[in-house]
Amino acid sequence: MELFLDALPALGSAFSQILQPVVLAYLFIGVVMGLCVGVFPGLGGIAGLSLLLPFMFGMEPILGLALMIGMVAVVPTSDTFASVLMGIPGSSASQATVLDGFPMAKQGMAARALSAAFASSLFGGLVGALFLTLFILVARPIVLLFKSPELLMVSIFGLSMVGILAGRIALKGVVAAGLGLLIGTIGEGPFNGELRMSSYDLPYLTDGLKLVIVGLGIFAVPEIVALLRKDKAISDKPNLGSGWIHGIKDWWANKWLSARCSIIGVIVGVIPGLGGSVVDWIAYGHSVQSAKDKSKFGTGDVRGVIGPESSNNAKEGGGLVPTLLFGIPGSGSMAIFIGALALLGNGIDVGPSLLENNLDFTYSIVWLLALANVVATVLCICLSTPISKLTNIRFVLLAPFIFMVISFAAFQSGQDLMDLVALFAIGFLGIMMRRFDWSRPAFLIGFVLSNPVENYSNNATQIAGVKFRQGMEAGLSYVLSPIVLVLLVITVLSIVIGLRQAKNIMAEGEVPSGGKRAPLLFLLAVFAFIGFALYDAAGIPDYAAVDRVFPMFVATVSIVSALVLLIQMMLAPETDTIFADRETDEEAKENTFGLWSTLAWFAALLALTSLVGFVIALAIFLFSFLRVRAGITAMGAVIYSAAGIAFMCFMAWSLKRDFPAGLLQGAVDLPWPLT
Amino acid sequence: MKPKKLWASLLAAGVFVLGSSFSAQAADLSGKTVEWVIPFSETGGSAKWANFFAPLLGEALPGNPAIVVRFMPGAGSTKGANWFQEQSDGDGTLIFGSSGSTQFPYLLGDPRVRYEYKDWTPVMASGTGGVAYLNAEAGAKFDGSANNLKDMTFIYGNQGATRLDLVPALAWEMLGMNVEHVMGIKGRGDGRKMFESGEATIDYQTSSGYLSGSATMVESGKAVPMMTWGSLDESGNIVRDPTFPDLPSFKEVCEKTDGCETSGEAWDAWKAFFVAGFPSQKLAFLPKGTSQEIIDMYVKAFESIKARPDFASISSKRIGKYPMFTGEGAQTALANAITVPDPAKKFVTGWLKDEFGVELK
Repeated sequence: MELFLDALPALGSAFSQILQPVVLAYLFIGVVMGLCVGVFPGLGGIAGLSLLLPFMFGMEPILGLALMIGMVAVVPTSDTFASVLMGIPGSSASQATVLDGFPMAKQGMAARALSAAFASSLFGGLVGALFLTLFILVARPIVLLFKSPELLMVSIFGLSMVGILAGRIALKGVVAAGLGLLIGTIGEGPFNGELRMSSYDLPYLTDGLKLVIVGLGIFAVPEIVALLRKDKAISDKPNLGSGWIHGIKDWWANKWLSARCSIIGVIVGVIPGLGGSVVDWIAYGHSVQSAKDKSKFGTGDVRGVIGPESSNNAKEGGGLVPTLLFGIPGSGSMAIFIGALALLGNGIDVGPSLLENNLDFTYSIVWLLALANVVATVLCICLSTPISKLTNIRFVLLAPFIFMVISFAAFQSGQDLMDLVALFAIGFLGIMMRRFDWSRPAFLIGFVLSNPVENYSNNATQIAGVKFRQGMEAGLSYVLSPIVLVLLVITVLSIVIGLRQAKNIMAEGEVPSGGKRAPLLFLLAVFAFIGFALYDAAGIPDYAAVDRVFPMFVATVSIVSALVLLIQMMLAPETDTIFADRETDEEAKENTFGLWSTLAWFAALLALTSLVGFVIALAIFLFSFLRVRAGITAMGAVIYSAAGIAFMCFMAWSLKRDFPAGLLQGAVDLPWPLT
Repeated sequence: MKPKKLWASLLAAGVFVLGSSFSAQAADLSGKTVEWVIPFSETGGSAKWANFFAPLLGEALPGNPAIVVRFMPGAGSTKGANWFQEQSDGDGTLIFGSSGSTQFPYLLGDPRVRYEYKDWTPVMASGTGGVAYLNAEAGAKFDGSANNLKDMTFIYGNQGATRLDLVPALAWEMLGMNVEHVMGIKGRGDGRKMFESGEATIDYQTSSGYLSGSATMVESGKAVPMMTWGSLDESGNIVRDPTFPDLPSFKEVCEKTDGCETSGEAWDAWKAFFVAGFPSQKLAFLPKGTSQEIIDMYVKAFESIKARPDFASISSKRIGKYPMFTGEGAQTALANAITVPDPAKKFVTGWLKDEFGVELK
């Protein structure tokens, strides 16, 4: 109690600092700037913060802080636009929002879904700040309880969410997650630096694939292609009124769910090392498990939006604990945040001393974040009605621009043409997984958790080895701490409940079956990839055995599951759900265009880029796509294309980024932005 | 993208957005934009370093150009360095910042290295130091030598065998200490957390990390400082680190420890990698083929930064109290950083293979 009473003056001083009009003005500017970047999928906080960095030097600390926090805070709110309206996860914080948010948008309830999401975001942000105000005082010893075995268990608990998102055939979910885990191991092994499924001749792969690319590829590309083939607007029904009041009522009706998910968000955010990238899936899993009527999840249940959105803003607050108290950034944007704090030059450095010497500064950060959430939410709700009109536009007019933005975003992760190739390849995998009803969420969870699970299991094994050599008791108390045991029970329960319920949850809508050949071929292709991964891992020499264990283990489990699936397929009749194939259903009949011709457009953009660079290729692509596929006049196509290119150049210029170059650029010197 | 193109492109960018045009004069960068390429992400120590110097450099260069720090991460910084190797005929609008993590693969003959330090012109170098510390139990046994520590097993959170952590790892090995390396730690902050939670029992931090994070553990008795890596004097000898004058250097501890030699191939190897990793850790380069006029301009600019009356106070908070070298000093720093006698190199590659199974082919 004394501890909390001591904190009151610091809290008071923090409030008197942040409630100055000039501070609020800077916060507002930060939010608006963040919103401008954040509504574009994949760009998010890192790009925005690096935009601010040059201005930070010598700035009044509290003003610089307000500006930066405004920018960071708006991202998990504004990324919801892309998730709900286009089915594109705007950032890792709103992957799960796609599952129910996008179906709602398709049914003309975009504004309702958005405002429910924003209300949840706001609530989550405030709950997070409130919780942190007290928790930050006692957080240090609690965070220190999370050692490698505990962190491993948290990662495995995250992985257990695969159970509930696995879809109708649980084994397919297991293989999908295995696929994600294996793709996550591509590149240098964490221990000996042995290469896995890559080679020094192809340096791109040695760094592994980035989450931005995998996230955009697995969700965005398949949705864009599927929508394009129908040649309609995203929403197949007219907008049901403005809807935003309805959304807020939805949130109020589920306020306890929202509160629970906010707490989940803060707690998972506090645990260092996971970066909170699974928090939205855990919250989604909880929303499903705690709901009485589960039948609508995946087809537009508003609770599937409220859960993840409540958690992802709360997570930002929780993420401040490892960032500020230990100097361990929970995410990329938090890492830049640390760097920028140093740039402010007021001698405040993150780390253990921050709480003791600068508690008021810490509180300023926590409550600026909460305040920024309020501002961001109000702005986003105001924007939600006009922006949701986008869902009524013929999609063929939107698609090339969306594709342009996600290509640009993907390119920012490695500044390599290979980024676009990877986006296209993962996108193709996503299209196939969507078609044959393989769980894409399970794949993504596997990918995200691949590195944490591998690292923590290696670390825990190694340290446990040393402890056991010291004595049985030391070893056991290290491995089987109370936290580990509790997490173990929760994980087992979650898997059991999840698997029992998974059949009811169509995470991606209902998919009919029919025809054996195509689903079987896809399974064989997956089988071949896993086989290759197994072969590749087995080839790692003994002296680097630690880099071999994890991919070997995952590949073995996956290949056994895939084998069982194969046997099931051979025995099952072709109407069995195991042969789910979207190309055979009613939806497919609505398709005006074929899959391959639609894909060819994007392949052409990729090929052209490798020849003449991104900007020229984009100009040709935009014009011919709009002229030929959308059928608008030549004049209109020119105007649209020019607007698109000008926008892209402005973004790149203000973020100080380049575009992918092609062979032409290697031969001839061209002025920016053609370089 | 070649610098000529780069210049053209930046010009185009300027025209494109501002609608203004400008003329350039020799050795005057007015109206131009200088790109400072950092082969790491926005989050590391090199970013901090470049972001600190960038505005000062803009003020100091003739014509006050805008300095833009551009990040080009990949393959542990070899990607950015390979890119810089391809750049030529610099007109002063491109500089490159390398770090210990760029120097180490070069020294170890990493297959991805396609760059050659000797082609580039260093214009500035700055360094840092490092402190190793023990937990309370081992700290009580530490008497200025490692003799009493040899029968203990230590656990250390290691970022990677070929990273900067090679320097502490080799030092402990030379002292005859039995250290288990837990690999795949994301940053030294994570290592410190492992130490604080009791999972790790030995740790090291760079000077700034030690001051901001570990010093409180020392005050509360949870940690006991063991040694610094030391610092280089004018003639290249290792002396006590001026930031921590009360702590012995590794050299002193080694001299007092039975079986540890401050000469011979192990010592030479350790010293070579220490010099590349700490006192000459971060260097700013102009690309090959840059004219003397431009080199002089940059050297002068960095000298005037160093001569600022407030430099000591603003830099100590941000990058630590370590000397900054310009011009010839930077040349010497580079020479120190990249000259490793062959036997020493062979020793380290052999040791990496035996101890960690790391093979660089």
